[in-house]
Amino acid sequence: MSLLGEFRKGLWRENAVFRLLLGLCPTLAVTTSAENGLGMGFATTFVLVGSNIVVSLLRQVIPPKVRIPAFIVIIASFVTVVQLCMEAYFYDLYKALGIFIPLIVVNCVILGRAEAFASKNRLLPAMADGLGMGIGFTLALFVLGAVRELFGSGTLLGYAVFGSGYQPLLLMILPPGAFIAMGLLLACMNLFDARRR
Amino acid sequence: MSKVGQQLYLSSSPHIHSGETTVKVMRAVLYSLVPACAVAVYFFGLSALLVLLLATVGCLATEAVCQRLMGQPVTIADGSAAITGVLLALNLPPTSPWWLTLLGAVIAIVIGKQVYGGLGSNPFNPALVARVVLLISFPVQMTTWSAPAPLGSGLDLVTTATPLGAWKNAVMLTGQAPVELQGGLTQYFLGNMPGCIGEVSALALLLGAAYLLYRRILTWHIPAAFVGSVVLLSGLFWLVNPAKYPSPVFHLLTGGLVLGAFYMATDMVTTPVSTRGMLVFGAGCGLLTVLIRLFGGYPEGVSFAILLMNAATPLIDRYLRPRTFGVQAGKG
Repeated sequence: MSLLGEFRKGLWRENAVFRLLLGLCPTLAVTTSAENGLGMGFATTFVLVGSNIVVSLLRQVIPPKVRIPAFIVIIASFVTVVQLCMEAYFYDLYKALGIFIPLIVVNCVILGRAEAFASKNRLLPAMADGLGMGIGFTLALFVLGAVRELFGSGTLLGYAVFGSGYQPLLLMILPPGAFIAMGLLLACMNLFDARRR
Repeated sequence: MSKVGQQLYLSSSPHIHSGETTVKVMRAVLYSLVPACAVAVYFFGLSALLVLLLATVGCLATEAVCQRLMGQPVTIADGSAAITGVLLALNLPPTSPWWLTLLGAVIAIVIGKQVYGGLGSNPFNPALVARVVLLISFPVQMTTWSAPAPLGSGLDLVTTATPLGAWKNAVMLTGQAPVELQGGLTQYFLGNMPGCIGEVSALALLLGAAYLLYRRILTWHIPAAFVGSVVLLSGLFWLVNPAKYPSPVFHLLTGGLVLGAFYMATDMVTTPVSTRGMLVFGAGCGLLTVLIRLFGGYPEGVSFAILLMNAATPLIDRYLRPRTFGVQAGKG
């Protein structure tokens, strides 16, 4: 597969959230607003690209028997970088995402790409894969966060969309709303794919 | 094979059909709800009637649109969507704004029923799903109660607290049950108290339930286990500390217990099929209801209790399978 192909597969066809249903814990937990979704997505993308690069470079060196702990150490290092940077430069976002930033370490998307792709491929394809998967993840979180924020708070990226008479459907920014919105978006995607074929 | 099928009625047992159909059952349930609806309109006036009509029409329309979109035959004539609509309205405050009622109808049919595959496939009671979604999303509108103003009394609606809500507030503030709530039990029985449209009159609901029991559409198991466990558990707390905890009669007559036990918890689709399973289901509902009422954040727990037990229904059915006739335990 070409580099462009490796990049593009993460956007829709193998989208981590909506096609592989991986990394659902952060997806459902932090997408109470479009902004939180974007922040989480960018943080994950950075870790994903970084860990894919390092895992791909070290793939000849890491003994197969201890590869998972080795991957986790690499991922955790990048997560620490993200966490400290966020605390320093985006403190509000850091507070909003809270415990879910350190929990990026155990995001299945990242370990999944390290195990399934980066540890078996050369540097450039691994980078393209990580970038594509990360941007796909970010898009998914942004869309989910936007839908939940729109109905749950009546705003989009903090700006009021509906008139002042709008009564927000509070459930959408509560945990059950995450599952309902996720299911409905998934249904829409499946419908779109089925129609296109 | 097809020729034989036309000449002989081939199916697995049982071969004797009671003659009941979905349409007949649904129609009987609708008839049985007439007294409760009438009492609601008497006590709460035209606003209650409006909510009833809006919810029913909303459910029917949503069901028709859903089925049309999915390319399925439109089955709104079977009455199941109408019942969902009426039950939803009975679970809403009489002062519900129109958008709240319509949104509830859409949620009940789309999220509560059609996404699972329509009638017979939904794991949760659709009307209760809608009620709980609305209760969580719009706490202000869903807990704005009005005191009953019987037709002809000339009163507009006066907002006030339900008996259960008043009890919870008083206990939170003072640790003691308010004295005046213990009186007025006859009024509670007749339905002269603030509350959801359909839950106020135990008398009217029991009349309807008696008709359903007579028609054998209801069996006694779930309501009896539900009410019995509520009486038992709330009685226990009452005996220990009557100054703080309300009496079992108060528990029975206030809130949505009668409506829940006879109409919401007996939905054929979302409850266990075996008699032992029904007893467990009802007892679980009662237990959760009392726990939520006495110790939960919400004053009323019937709808949450029934939904939680709906979730447990497949498990109950799995563990309490009726013994196959002629098979002895342990011999396979």
